Amino acid sequence: MTGIGLTHILVVSIALFFIGVYGFLTRRNMIMMLMSIELILNSVNLNFIAFNKYLWANKMDGLFFTIFIIAIAAAEAAVAIAIIINLYRSHKSIDVEDASDLKF
Amino acid sequence: MFDKLSLSLIPLLPLLSFLLLGLFGRKMFKHFSGIIGTGALLASAGLSLSTAYNYFFVSGKVDGVYQKITALKITWLEFSPGVSIDIGILLDPISVMMLVVVTFVSLMVHIYSLGYMKGEERFSTYYAFLGLFTFSMLGLVISSNIFQIYIFWELVGVSSFLLIGYYFDKPSAVAAAKKAFIVTRFADLGFLIGILILSFNAHTLDFETLIQRLTDPNSEYMRSAIAPAFLGFSSLTWGLVLVFIGGAGKSAMFPLHIWLPDAMEGPTPVSALIHAATMVVAGVFLVARLFPVFAISCPGALELVAYTGALSALFAGIIACTQTDIKRVLAYSTMSQIGYMMFALGVSGYGDESGLGYMASMFHLFTHAMFKALLFLGAGAVIHYVHSNEMNDMGGLRKHMPVTHITFLIACLAIAGFPFLSGFFSKEEILLAAFHHNKLIYAIGLITSGITAFYMFRLYFSIFWNAPSPLERAGGEAAHGEHHGEGGAAMMLPLIILALGAVFAGYIPFSRLVTSDGKPFETALHVIFSIAPVTLALIGILIALRFYKTQNDLPEKISSSLSGFYRSAYHKFYMDEIYLFITQKVIFNLLAKPAAWFDKTIVDGFINRLGTSSEKVSEEIKSLQSGQVQQYAAWFLAGAIGLGIIFIYMLTLN
Repeated sequence: MTGIGLTHILVVSIALFFIGVYGFLTRRNMIMMLMSIELILNSVNLNFIAFNKYLWANKMDGLFFTIFIIAIAAAEAAVAIAIIINLYRSHKSIDVEDASDLKF
Repeated sequence: MFDKLSLSLIPLLPLLSFLLLGLFGRKMFKHFSGIIGTGALLASAGLSLSTAYNYFFVSGKVDGVYQKITALKITWLEFSPGVSIDIGILLDPISVMMLVVVTFVSLMVHIYSLGYMKGEERFSTYYAFLGLFTFSMLGLVISSNIFQIYIFWELVGVSSFLLIGYYFDKPSAVAAAKKAFIVTRFADLGFLIGILILSFNAHTLDFETLIQRLTDPNSEYMRSAIAPAFLGFSSLTWGLVLVFIGGAGKSAMFPLHIWLPDAMEGPTPVSALIHAATMVVAGVFLVARLFPVFAISCPGALELVAYTGALSALFAGIIACTQTDIKRVLAYSTMSQIGYMMFALGVSGYGDESGLGYMASMFHLFTHAMFKALLFLGAGAVIHYVHSNEMNDMGGLRKHMPVTHITFLIACLAIAGFPFLSGFFSKEEILLAAFHHNKLIYAIGLITSGITAFYMFRLYFSIFWNAPSPLERAGGEAAHGEHHGEGGAAMMLPLIILALGAVFAGYIPFSRLVTSDGKPFETALHVIFSIAPVTLALIGILIALRFYKTQNDLPEKISSSLSGFYRSAYHKFYMDEIYLFITQKVIFNLLAKPAAWFDKTIVDGFINRLGTSSEKVSEEIKSLQSGQVQQYAAWFLAGAIGLGIIFIYMLTLN
């Protein structure tokens, strides 16, 4: 055994990503969908960190990207929750299937 | 030399009067507008006369040759160095002569209209239009380059259109205005193409340079111009013929003459100014302006000018004999006389004695302006009195209108070529030139001069002699009263002045002033030679005397014995019908309809098909936009995975 390598982390990241995607596609509750998006973002963050550490250990680009993504995810969550609240006020529901007014 | 300011004022004063009267006339000086227009023109006429004196007798002649003087040149539009459109003033014998003719006749018409148009609702507008016309015509004759002449050429077309349609509440006047505009515009298309061809070959628009380059057989411009270009003719020939088509349209030459008789719908003084003395001779002027190119480089095109002129002269003369509307008779007579000028140019050579035809043509242009303006103004006085254009409504008017009668008689004698009146001299020169050049054209000219005498005196006797008109007999003297005989001083003065012109204009020694190359030469009157035309004219007059002086049934007998020919001449040889047939039956059916079909089904059809098919496709796929965000996300995911697979496949392939 040689301890934890890049592959292990990537497997975790992929699992996290597809759990997120699965959650995004199947959950009807918008809050749950938002949380799934957070999972996807976190899997990406994990990727950046892992590649940075194992392939270019003397550089810091991956870390910067991660910090950026965390900051933007926070803003995104605030905006998304504001949208959901407004949607709840007008539709009395946060079920995504009830919010299907934007169509042909 | 020549004062630039006073030269530019000659055309600019009428323009000023046009702007003033056109913008403020109706509101501010409704009653003075005639005076303002006439005043502006009086000044302009004075300036042209002094210019003419200065040119002909003081500073125009250098070493016995009249020079072409570019008195003013302004670069108007510069496209690149060397390529520019200029506005300039070119003085040479013909342009100076035309300045005098235009301002003089226009002045007469302005004065005459003070009486004739009095009390019209749109009096100021009328004078504004007259000013516009005079400006354009003056600009045309002094143009120093071929593009400037084209600009003014179109401007005279527009002012002619406006004045023919002056009585715009009359449908026939509107139709006539449109017809005149469209026919001349059609001819001007030829002119424009001709300009492009000529200036492309000569690499210049300037008249002097163009003429010099296109007449020098050794120049490189000339070599490329005379090389066969299209259908076996050189581009020079094509250019000149197309320019001549433009001239023929304006000058009402066969077969583009159909607009001129209809143009008589305009007020009579306008007919005198535009459709007799000035605008219609613009075509002659144009050919004369480019005459060296015609005569030296392309005699073939000049032959065309000669035959077109001769044909028009005879053709119009025959029609004039059968018309009953007095203005139409005069219109056809104008066409016939312009035919004379054209074929005189056509039979002329360049330089010295051989340029006799050129000189004669300009001479005839000058004298014709006098007596034809007089005829129209006299006819206007008659119409003013009788309130009808029809010959049948007239008769026996000599007692009521003595001044009109005498002046009209003088004009008729002058146009008939009666000895020692102006028309006699100019017509003799034309016939002499034709005799030396082409016997066929000479014969046509001779016959036409007899016909001219006949129809002019038919007109004269029908108006002033013959039996009193039905109108007269019914209404009696009381209907007109004594105060409504002659048209008043404003109308009589121009008649008298023009009558003096018609008598004495022939004594101007034209051959010493206006010649093809500027060198004066001497002409002598050949008495023997003038026997034939004078005899023919006298015969024409005598026949008219026998037929029309008193009422009799001879004219009807003759016309019924020639029934077929008479009827077709009465219907102007069905030229209008031929035009209608060609435009409505041939062009509409063979060209316009297929073109319309192509446009509607192929061009529009393609665009419409595009529209309906994209509508159909979007109808099919619009259910994809369901409003379900997760569905979109699933599609997106599928797409991303699909792209991912493709990229991985392509990357591993290498």
